[in-house]
Amino acid sequence: MGADRAILLIVLLPAAGAVLNGLLPLFWPQLRRSEALIGTIGTAVIAVPFVLAVTLFLQGFSEPEVVPFYTWMGAGDFSVSVAYRIDHLSLIMTLVVTGVGALIHLYSIGYMHGDRSFWKFFAYLNLFIFMMLNLVLADNLLVLFLGWEGVGLCSYLLIGFWYEDFKNSAAATKAFVMNRIGDFAFLLAMFILVREVGSLSFSAIFAGADQMSAGTLNAVVLLLFIGATGKSAQIPLFTWLPDAMAGPTPVSALIHAATMVTSGLYLLARMSSVVLMAPAVMAAIAVTGAVTALVAATIAIAQTDIKRVLAYSTVSQLGFMFMASGVGAFFVAIFHVVTHAFFKACLFLGSGSVIHGMHHVERKLRHEGYNGAFDPQDMRTMGGLKRFMPQTRLTYMIATLAISGIPLTAGFFSKDEILFKAFEFGYDGHAFAWFVWAVGIGTALLTAFYMTRSYMLTFEGTSRWPRAAAVHPHESPWTITGPLMVLASLSLAGGFIGLPKLAEKLGLSNWIHSYLASHGPVAEIAATAHVSTGMEIGLILLGSLVAVGGVWWAWRFFARHELAGDGHIRVRFGGLYRWWKRSYFWDEFYGKVAVKPVIDGAEKALAPLDSAVVDGLVNAVARMALRTSSMVRHLQTGVVQAYALAIVLGVVVLIALMAG
Amino acid sequence: MQVPDILSIVTFLPLVGALLTMAARSDQAIRVTALAVTTATFLISVLLWTGFSVADAAELQFVSGGFNLISEAYDIRYLLGIDGISLLLVLLTTLLGPIVVLSSWKYIDRHVKGYYTLLLILQTGMTGVFCAFDVVLFYVFFELTLIPMYFLIGIWGGEERIYAAVKFVIYTMAGSLLMLVAILYLGHAAGQAVNDGLFTTDYFKLVEYNVPISTQTWLFVLFALAFAIKVPMFPFHTWLPDAHVQAPTGGSVILAGVLLKMGTYGLVRFCLPFFPHAAAEQAVLFGTLAVIGIIYGALVSRAQPDAKKLVAYSSVSHLGFVVLGIFAFTLTSLQGAVIQMINHGLSTGALFLLVGMLYERRHTRRMADFGGIARSVPLLTFFMVLTALASAGLPGLNGFVGEFLILVGSFGSSIPGMTVLTAFATTGVILAAIYLLWMLSRIFFGPVRNEENQTMPDLNRRELIILVPLAALMILMGVMPQPFLERSEPATAQLLELVQAKQSAAPDEPSRPSQKNMPDDPVREGGFEVRAEPDTSQTQGMIPYASMLQAMDH
Amino acid sequence: MEVALSWYLTLSAVLFVIGVAGVLFRSNLIVILMSVELMLNAANVALVALSQSMGEVSGQVLVFFVMSVAAAEAAIGLAIVIAIFRNKLTVDINNINLFKW
Repeated sequence: MGADRAILLIVLLPAAGAVLNGLLPLFWPQLRRSEALIGTIGTAVIAVPFVLAVTLFLQGFSEPEVVPFYTWMGAGDFSVSVAYRIDHLSLIMTLVVTGVGALIHLYSIGYMHGDRSFWKFFAYLNLFIFMMLNLVLADNLLVLFLGWEGVGLCSYLLIGFWYEDFKNSAAATKAFVMNRIGDFAFLLAMFILVREVGSLSFSAIFAGADQMSAGTLNAVVLLLFIGATGKSAQIPLFTWLPDAMAGPTPVSALIHAATMVTSGLYLLARMSSVVLMAPAVMAAIAVTGAVTALVAATIAIAQTDIKRVLAYSTVSQLGFMFMASGVGAFFVAIFHVVTHAFFKACLFLGSGSVIHGMHHVERKLRHEGYNGAFDPQDMRTMGGLKRFMPQTRLTYMIATLAISGIPLTAGFFSKDEILFKAFEFGYDGHAFAWFVWAVGIGTALLTAFYMTRSYMLTFEGTSRWPRAAAVHPHESPWTITGPLMVLASLSLAGGFIGLPKLAEKLGLSNWIHSYLASHGPVAEIAATAHVSTGMEIGLILLGSLVAVGGVWWAWRFFARHELAGDGHIRVRFGGLYRWWKRSYFWDEFYGKVAVKPVIDGAEKALAPLDSAVVDGLVNAVARMALRTSSMVRHLQTGVVQAYALAIVLGVVVLIALMAG
Repeated sequence: MQVPDILSIVTFLPLVGALLTMAARSDQAIRVTALAVTTATFLISVLLWTGFSVADAAELQFVSGGFNLISEAYDIRYLLGIDGISLLLVLLTTLLGPIVVLSSWKYIDRHVKGYYTLLLILQTGMTGVFCAFDVVLFYVFFELTLIPMYFLIGIWGGEERIYAAVKFVIYTMAGSLLMLVAILYLGHAAGQAVNDGLFTTDYFKLVEYNVPISTQTWLFVLFALAFAIKVPMFPFHTWLPDAHVQAPTGGSVILAGVLLKMGTYGLVRFCLPFFPHAAAEQAVLFGTLAVIGIIYGALVSRAQPDAKKLVAYSSVSHLGFVVLGIFAFTLTSLQGAVIQMINHGLSTGALFLLVGMLYERRHTRRMADFGGIARSVPLLTFFMVLTALASAGLPGLNGFVGEFLILVGSFGSSIPGMTVLTAFATTGVILAAIYLLWMLSRIFFGPVRNEENQTMPDLNRRELIILVPLAALMILMGVMPQPFLERSEPATAQLLELVQAKQSAAPDEPSRPSQKNMPDDPVREGGFEVRAEPDTSQTQGMIPYASMLQAMDH
Repeated sequence: MEVALSWYLTLSAVLFVIGVAGVLFRSNLIVILMSVELMLNAANVALVALSQSMGEVSGQVLVFFVMSVAAAEAAIGLAIVIAIFRNKLTVDINNINLFKW
């Protein structure tokens, strides 16, 4: 099969799935109940593209191949085609999207079983994959933007999936609007590019970038980065992601951890050769990433909702990826995107399995007449789950170790590479990179700590839900644990695609570096000063120490104190802990300085102004006409003789004029 | 194959239909007649699309008439024709015809005969506006739309229908009377200059006439004011929410779908080519008002408790984009403006239809009275979400194409200040998301607060027939807008070329337009020849742009 | 004694002015109608006199037209007066001001 046919199938199959699962049941309600059919179709339309992507992957494509389909829109000199680009970067992203996507679809069959909108869920998920594939396969920024907005839409639909709760719908709206703020910047960047380069296709942009003035270039990169902060939940636009956990857990795993939120990184990597020309903005990117990583990690320590911990952890890990992009190591960012997709999807799906189990507990409790509050996502009412959910526990533990960066797990290689690149960049004479590196090390320690905390509070220790002795959760079915196993294995082994430079001494090369950067489309900075081997070993040891130390420390701390550990931390950190707990009051701040003024301004100032002043003026003109006429109408006495007199006088005057 | 005077048939068939409905006895017969007539009109108008020659899209096609309307003493002609721009707008009008008839099927239950008769007369007026190539004829059609609309609002409207109807008529009439003065002056002046002293309102002769710089500004203001009120542009928009909220659903759909486009169409068709210097001078002013309209309309929209009023104000915002695109003077933005007119007609028309369907179910339009109805009316929810997203400019749906082309074109405009204005206009994409999603979440999501909402019936077959074509077009025009764009592009390109040629020419001297892109020979061999060939009887009426450009080059 | 043309014309003018004054200043509708008749007949006098002095008959022909108009006017006018009287029980013009403001 030719590459163009394969690409067409890869992109269109998920779309077909969305139509089959969405429109048909919408118009024929009797189809809505056939979960098996819907689930099978939904998963197959993702699995088949995955297989196709693997065959493409095996074919190579070290030179990008562009597959044009048709002209999307053209007017005047401006024209954009629907065209896809096959190269190493898009292939690796396609593999992640379809691979992890297929696993999560499979998982969802079990997880969403019995939901009345099962069909809708699969339609949305399929649509999401379609849009995500447009995003990663696009050959120009506009098709990328189509995917970019499309995934945002699916995110909106899926966050608000259980719309009966107004909170969920509000979270969905918040996510969409915040993304739109980023998209605003993205649009402006595209406008500048069209004006300067005349085209939005990547090859034209890369070719024309060096003709742009430095100021314009900086503006473009900065605007693209702002767009990326919206989608990839970085400061200042990150607060939507924790709220996005209102969606079903597979959604959190697929969209809000593995794929959509990494599209900002993909954008920067795709545009890497342009980004490299704007060093000042790169510094901003790296520092923003570092600060976001630290801020999110501290917030994660104080969260009690298992999904919110993971959400802030995602924000933090995305911060790591931005650090990598900011120091010019785009391929490492993508490397971390890949490994993060494995372990974070595993963690989310694991938490989903736990929530599934806790729901079961809740149902039983309610059945037995328990009327108290019960939140199946609250870690404070979990504990000791390893006895009831051994497979979930095992996979969750593996993923926790991986994200913490325990040596030889996936997270270890990618995170260490990020820190190493930051260090190297600082060594190369960029002072800000030292700061980034230092923050990175600190955040790595915090990561190990809060992730181990979440594991300990969930799976170890005593069971803390009501009537724990009598009511037990049970392990989830194979459609749920199967994907967990696969993802856990990948979290263990996935890192070996990106060995550190040290491995060259052993004759092993860094595959992802050669695949993406040396023989691929991702640009990188050629470092002038090289870190010595001894220093490199030292850095790896430091990284390992931080990870192992963090895990060990948290393990002992929470094994001893269990839930009371949180109390000890609160006492120790005091006011700071309150800030963590409340996410640094970020939402309150936005509410006060942005949301409320705009809404109140519209409701209390503009709308009254419109009816009182703008419309008032119109009505005033009308009233003026009325008033004038009511004065003039007194001439109309209704007495015929008065009119006749006027006529006679007129005649007399006329005759006088004619005579004179 | 040349169907004789197909354009006149499309224009006047509804008027004939109006006579038929007047003769019909029962209410049902009236409805069926109206539906049959509008459907037939639409089907015939499809011939315009299929018979339209894309290669000659800049030329006037399907020319109909050409004879003098009043007497030989005045060069005022009955002259209908379409180029690419008109084609799209005529099709929009004829498509909305049967949709509006169907949407009123149950809702209009008193004075049925009057309603459908007026509706059909209105359609003739609207179609004529987009086909007329004589300014007086245009004016007649332009005003012809006013009277039926006045009664539609005033008789079948809501609580304050009289106020709204009177305001609508007087406001727009005030503008168009000023335009009439300008038309008379222009016809006289052009007659002196290019028509051997014979008063003329022939479109092509007026285009040929270079209005002296000193008078351009005044004439431009008179024309532009009439159209600005019709669009409506900030700050002349306040008749719109009143008219929309009071009008019956069908009236709102026509108002938003077609009537407002008459304003933007007028700006493109008359203001730019007649008064290019004045238009260029005032471009920043109009751009600024447009951008204020975009942001202001969106914010005020967010503040409305009434769903219909929200949609009404969103029109102010959306048409701001169109005006911005027109006054940016780039081909990309002008193309965007044309396509955005169609998009707005489809998506805002659909929004009004959907709000009307909600109203028919619950007899309220206050968003607070709904909430959580997604469960009871999944189909209605689906269409509303789709339409709202199209309206908010989501890529892949129609709204995005127009908005993006307008913005990307305006951003590259050479008019100083346009770049900054475009940047401000782009905030409209954020604001549109805010008010539309707010509406969705208030009406459809959240818990069901009202018992009546539990048992609300979903869309019936008639409503599906109304909505499906609109939804399909929204998706089609989002995914594949090229067939639409390529039909209007030659016309907009030539219009813009003409404007630029006039602008670059020294004031009050014969202009020297560039000669590129000029067809060598307007007569094509074989195939169907739909363009008006200047035969003896019609020579005066038919000066397509290309030959006109040559004429200007004397 | 020869009666000069100017005498006839003077008589006609006097009659006409009396008629105008009657229309303008009397308040009884019937009197107003009669004043209108007076104005018409003033015109008739002038027409006949001029016709006679110019030796031209068309002026006399015109008089017949005026007389028939006057007759018709009187008929319609009186009919209206009667109709008004039946409605308002008065023929005082000061009380008939339906078009006031």
